[in-house]
Amino acid sequence: MKKIAFLLIMAFIAIGCNSDDDSEPEVLGCTDPASLNYNPDANTDDGSCIFERNITIAFTQTWADSTDVTPLNFNTNLYINDARNLAHITRLRYLISRIELHKNDGTTVAFDEYQLVDLADATTLTLNPALTATTGDYTGISFIYGFNEEDNISGEYEDLNVADWGWPEMIGGGYHFMQMDGTFIDENGETQPYNFHNGTAANNGVFEANHIEFNFDMDFTITNDATIEIKMDISEWYKNPLTWDLNERSVDLMMDYLAQKDMNRNGKTVFSIGAITQ
Amino acid sequence: MKERSRKAFRLMLGVFALSIMVACSSNDPEPDETDDGYVATPQPLTVPPIFQRLLPPPIIPANNPQTVEGIALGRKLFYDPILSGDGTQACASCHKPSTAFSDENQFSIGIDGFEGTRNSMPLYNMAWNNNSKFFWDGRAASIEEQALGPVENPIEMHNTWENAVGSLQSNNEYPELFNKAFGATIITKELTAKAIAQFERTLISANSPFDQYLLGENSLTPQEINGFAIFMDESRGDCFHCHGSEFNPLWTDNIFHNNGLDAVITDKGLGNVTGDPSQDGWFKSPSLRNLAYTAPYMHDGRFATLDEVINHYSEGLVYSETIDPLMKAVSSGGVHLTEPDKADLKAFLLSLSDPSFINNPDFQDPN
Repeated sequence: MKKIAFLLIMAFIAIGCNSDDDSEPEVLGCTDPASLNYNPDANTDDGSCIFERNITIAFTQTWADSTDVTPLNFNTNLYINDARNLAHITRLRYLISRIELHKNDGTTVAFDEYQLVDLADATTLTLNPALTATTGDYTGISFIYGFNEEDNISGEYEDLNVADWGWPEMIGGGYHFMQMDGTFIDENGETQPYNFHNGTAANNGVFEANHIEFNFDMDFTITNDATIEIKMDISEWYKNPLTWDLNERSVDLMMDYLAQKDMNRNGKTVFSIGAITQ
Repeated sequence: MKERSRKAFRLMLGVFALSIMVACSSNDPEPDETDDGYVATPQPLTVPPIFQRLLPPPIIPANNPQTVEGIALGRKLFYDPILSGDGTQACASCHKPSTAFSDENQFSIGIDGFEGTRNSMPLYNMAWNNNSKFFWDGRAASIEEQALGPVENPIEMHNTWENAVGSLQSNNEYPELFNKAFGATIITKELTAKAIAQFERTLISANSPFDQYLLGENSLTPQEINGFAIFMDESRGDCFHCHGSEFNPLWTDNIFHNNGLDAVITDKGLGNVTGDPSQDGWFKSPSLRNLAYTAPYMHDGRFATLDEVINHYSEGLVYSETIDPLMKAVSSGGVHLTEPDKADLKAFLLSLSDPSFINNPDFQDPN
């Protein structure tokens, strides 16, 4: 009995000693070996782990924010613009480049890819950039509709060449930014074609860059692989600030300097950032 | 010393491997069996400089790489009437080198004397069809698939593949040639189509006067240069939206359009393949290369001359519901080019023809 009591006492002491011996200083840090900033010395995770996440860009289109315009319905819907033109879309392709995510630490995730979105090819409605983004807080998203002058170099991009996406040299060269073709009912009730094509603006041999830079200030946090939606409201091309009447301007617009500049003016409200899902 | 022993070891290993191979091949009871490990001599396509500069790499299916033996076999098959029902027609009967691998007829005549309904397509630069839809109506998804079609088409070669393969198998040359190309002495229609596709991918045309002009190797006439300006001018020719430019030297977008030929669509083209009525009357834009050799023109060969083609776009457009909006002047019949503009446009178009292509000795009948 004495022996048992002695053993019990010894056991208590041993346990007590053990807990005393383990009192290493607490080291805060990231304890996840899968993270970018794993700290092997840290013994207490402080929530600072940073991870690489895949970003997907999803391009979506609406008409006046009320009708989703998709590869399945874009060429069957009828649309009424602000000039009361009843229009049909046969083809819609547009170019987005230099998509960037802005972090709150002042750094930028600048994706290398441009995207030629073609409503006739559903696979072009998503872009999976090669670069990853790190988890954390962000303050904005920016991108360019079309190509800026530095990028808009004739013949430079094999995939765009083979897609016949070039913009003629005589009106500045480079590439189309958008090609929206279709038909509308004119003031006489006749079906007429329109070719709403946008690119460099040519004014008597002087060529003006005509892309649009979009920069959206918005706070968001990347925690997981994320999909960022870039939305085009097609109706905006025809209404803001200028009401675009297809009866007046429908075809031969590429060489029409004023038409090109007016498209640029109206284009400034066409794009927005939609949902960020992760 | 170490180096030497390593060499000795390698030698032993080599002898050992060789003895296994010898043993295996001598034990092989079925010489006709496919040897999966067989690799013929690779022969990648020679990409012309103008394509190298501007276009993505050629599209070669992973399961049908270009090889010396495969191309040679494909070329022999292409010119051999053995594939047809009565041994009278080869691919080359309707796809002749002298006409840029088309023929001079509006509709080609099959072995039974029946006329087709579409104009024989010229064949070149098919490895750059990034859309991977072949035939005027896009119904084949690869060159290999395309090559399977005409053999069994009752108004073309009117054979069965079973019969065609049987003829090849009992021929005294083909089993060995298939063996060299694919390591297989059992001939199949798939291997036959693969060989033909390999040969067809070598049919590359990129050496026209206009190509040479772009490469700085020659100059064009003022008429040709003006014709090119008309081609690129949205308010005159506006040809470039479907037919390429100096930066798309394929001179086609390889996609499908209704170019205003008929008020009533009788041949639905792509619409028949997809079942989408909004695509009725859509046909693939043909390349403008080699027009000097490919008359007559259009999917149904309705125009005998280039002048008729130009007149169609200038004055002859006809409205139908599925007409491409790029045919923007349809309400007045077309863009109404002046006669001098038409002549210049034609001169430019002819500068895209490539005599070295139709005369290339590698493309002629080897039999």
